[in-house]
Amino acid sequence: MYLGRVVGTVVAERKAEGLGAQKLLLVQPLDHLQKPSGGLEVAVDTVRAGPGDLVFLVGSREAALALEPSFVPVDAAVVGIVDRVAV
Amino acid sequence: MILCKVLGPVIATEKHPAFARLKLLVVQPIDETGAPSGKSFLAVDRAVQSGEGDTVLVLREGTGIRQLFGLPKEAKLPIRSCIVGVVDAAVVG
Repeated sequence: MYLGRVVGTVVAERKAEGLGAQKLLLVQPLDHLQKPSGGLEVAVDTVRAGPGDLVFLVGSREAALALEPSFVPVDAAVVGIVDRVAV
Repeated sequence: MILCKVLGPVIATEKHPAFARLKLLVVQPIDETGAPSGKSFLAVDRAVQSGEGDTVLVLREGTGIRQLFGLPKEAKLPIRSCIVGVVDAAVVG
């Protein structure tokens, strides 16, 4: 899992089956000092996050497991809104 | 598994139900000298009560974590990294 900042949303009309109902967010991954780390990612939202929110994400296969009920073809999911990072 | 140093907790009220009551920590991978090596990331601590400054053993494999949590292999647990031990000593050579 890793930290990120929601920087926007993504709208795609034509997409793979299973992605249909999912809200997509544009996220900048961050390091523990909240500095950008790597390129932008598109992640599915599970916690009603929005632009500006500091969030945490899960990547890879486990991202698909954050969604109900059936398999969704994603590799990053926003799974929490961060109140504070105490490092 | 890899060796990491715990940097501190992440506090999040609004989160996926899978993370309820789990401690979430920022961890920094380290090399054999204890120096940072690679990017920091987040891991949950379910059972070993690690804290800031501890050297820990981190499992980064979802299926193993589902088994550790006592869930069937096909269970839906969106967790990819879990602290599974607090390291007392790591000796090279």
